[in-house]
Amino acid sequence: MAAINRDDVAHLARLAHIEMSAEELDRMAGELAVIVDAVKSVSEAAGDDVPATSHPIPLNNVFREDVVGHTFTAEQALSGAPDSDDNRFKVPAILDEA
Amino acid sequence: MSTDAILSFEEAMEKYDPVLGFEVHVELNTKTKMFSSAPNVFGDEPNTNVNEVDLGMPGVLPVLNRTAVESSIKIGLALNCKIADYCRFARKNYFYPDTPKNFQTSQYDEPIAYDGYLDIELSDGTVFRVEIERAHMEEDAGKLTHLGGSAGRIQGADYSLVDYNRAGVPLVEIVTKPIEGAGSRAPELAKAYVAAVREIVKNLGVSDAKMERGNVRCDANVSLRPHGRERFGIRSETKNVNSLRAVEHAVRYEIQRHAAVLDSGEPVIQETRHWHEDTRTTTSGRAKSDADDYRYFPEPDLVPVVASREWVEELRATLPEPPAARRKRLQADWGYSDLEFRDVVNAGVMDEIEETIAAGATASVARKWWMGEIVGRAKNADVDPGQLGVEPATIVELSKMVEEGKINNKMATEVLDGVLAGEGTPAEIVEKRGLAVVSDDGPLLEAIDAALAAQPDVADKIRAGKLQAIGAIVGGVMKATRGQADAGRVKELILEKLGVSA
Repeated sequence: MAAINRDDVAHLARLAHIEMSAEELDRMAGELAVIVDAVKSVSEAAGDDVPATSHPIPLNNVFREDVVGHTFTAEQALSGAPDSDDNRFKVPAILDEA
Repeated sequence: MSTDAILSFEEAMEKYDPVLGFEVHVELNTKTKMFSSAPNVFGDEPNTNVNEVDLGMPGVLPVLNRTAVESSIKIGLALNCKIADYCRFARKNYFYPDTPKNFQTSQYDEPIAYDGYLDIELSDGTVFRVEIERAHMEEDAGKLTHLGGSAGRIQGADYSLVDYNRAGVPLVEIVTKPIEGAGSRAPELAKAYVAAVREIVKNLGVSDAKMERGNVRCDANVSLRPHGRERFGIRSETKNVNSLRAVEHAVRYEIQRHAAVLDSGEPVIQETRHWHEDTRTTTSGRAKSDADDYRYFPEPDLVPVVASREWVEELRATLPEPPAARRKRLQADWGYSDLEFRDVVNAGVMDEIEETIAAGATASVARKWWMGEIVGRAKNADVDPGQLGVEPATIVELSKMVEEGKINNKMATEVLDGVLAGEGTPAEIVEKRGLAVVSDDGPLLEAIDAALAAQPDVADKIRAGKLQAIGAIVGGVMKATRGQADAGRVKELILEKLGVSA
């Protein structure tokens, strides 16, 4: 069984900006351990002759030529923004995370 | 803002040995962004150089800019790096409004270039090798403006406005290995290193390399350790030090601050520091914490980059002459001594002298004018020498007039002032100001007689062979002719008159 304790889950939740209750943290600690074990079993199936991959399709060097394409207007860009000012997205000040 | 205690730089150096490290971000000057076809242009209206990829909208896919990859490989080659046969992008996950995706597409353990070096020449000619750990590709973030609260600083801001025009602009981040052994040259080395990187990317043509626009940005890591200890001290990272002068000042200040902290018996806190140009100090940003747990993983939306040997060699063949090699070549061509050439480089007039020589001046004439006349005038005017407005052709014309004996050196500098004041071409100014060497020996001989009569003791000295005394007589003649005599001819005539051979 993978060792994922309650503190690990709380840490991950904070990094991911997810608010979790005490009960949720307890439950996820148990469930995540099971999930990690399940994923681990995949690596048992792959032998030394199977290299790790991040992409299922054997493709390399998919490039775009450096030619200007389409853009949005500022109005279009901001159309989904919760708040804006002066053609810019307006966001709450976030202290000391710069 | 609290003020940190600092030690004098000299005392800090007596007690401690600095170790440096730099992360320099270079914005590429491609036409489009790293992963989208939106234009990469500085200074446009906010949020107009963006499309769905830059804004991180659901379901969009990034596509890599071929030119950006080629520029990155060129930078790697110019930094004497190995180019990775195979590398991937990775997501660097963090929450901050400068990225709308909640991750930055970067490279993690597979940079496109690695294991390089740069030989940095300091002002006295000492060469210091800086090892390059890696150079990797990534994208720039959007620009935040903090408003409300105290002016412009994030502390106390009420809200921030975000412009994503810069989001997705191609970046190459160049990371050094720890730089040891710089000692008291550390601040100078810091400046020289960043200057060298800037010069290289500009010379390659892959970046506009304007620091004032943020095309080249430097984060400076500084730590101290007692002399003789191998283990590094705890470092601070001073962010966004955005001029060459500031790089030097920031490193110097951090050395002084660290020394005071260590002297007080406290440990240095590993943290980000913000540089303030106005006070030339740094203030604490935030301590390194789990906020730096970026949970990198390979970017699933981009396929690997495979740089074949053929491709890399093709790119290598396009590289311009490296700046250091160019300097060597020019010094040899011009026949300047090491000291003369270094002065030229430090004064920032190498390009100007090259152009002046190309326009027809000899190497020594070009140096005499730029170093002897123009650099000083530029300093007084507080501009770069190249910006003073002296054309190579002007220098060629002035030196020709001197050679032909039409004007003397003193008049030539007067004419130069006239040119800078916008009075016209050198020929016009000579005409207008009535500057012409008196070439008729008659008036000269009269003036010489008068000068010799006025200083008989000096005349005796010259007769006795003390030729260096002649200056006093020449000076008297020049005074009498209001500087319009040819000093060389005056000297000849004096010697003739006194029957002395030079």
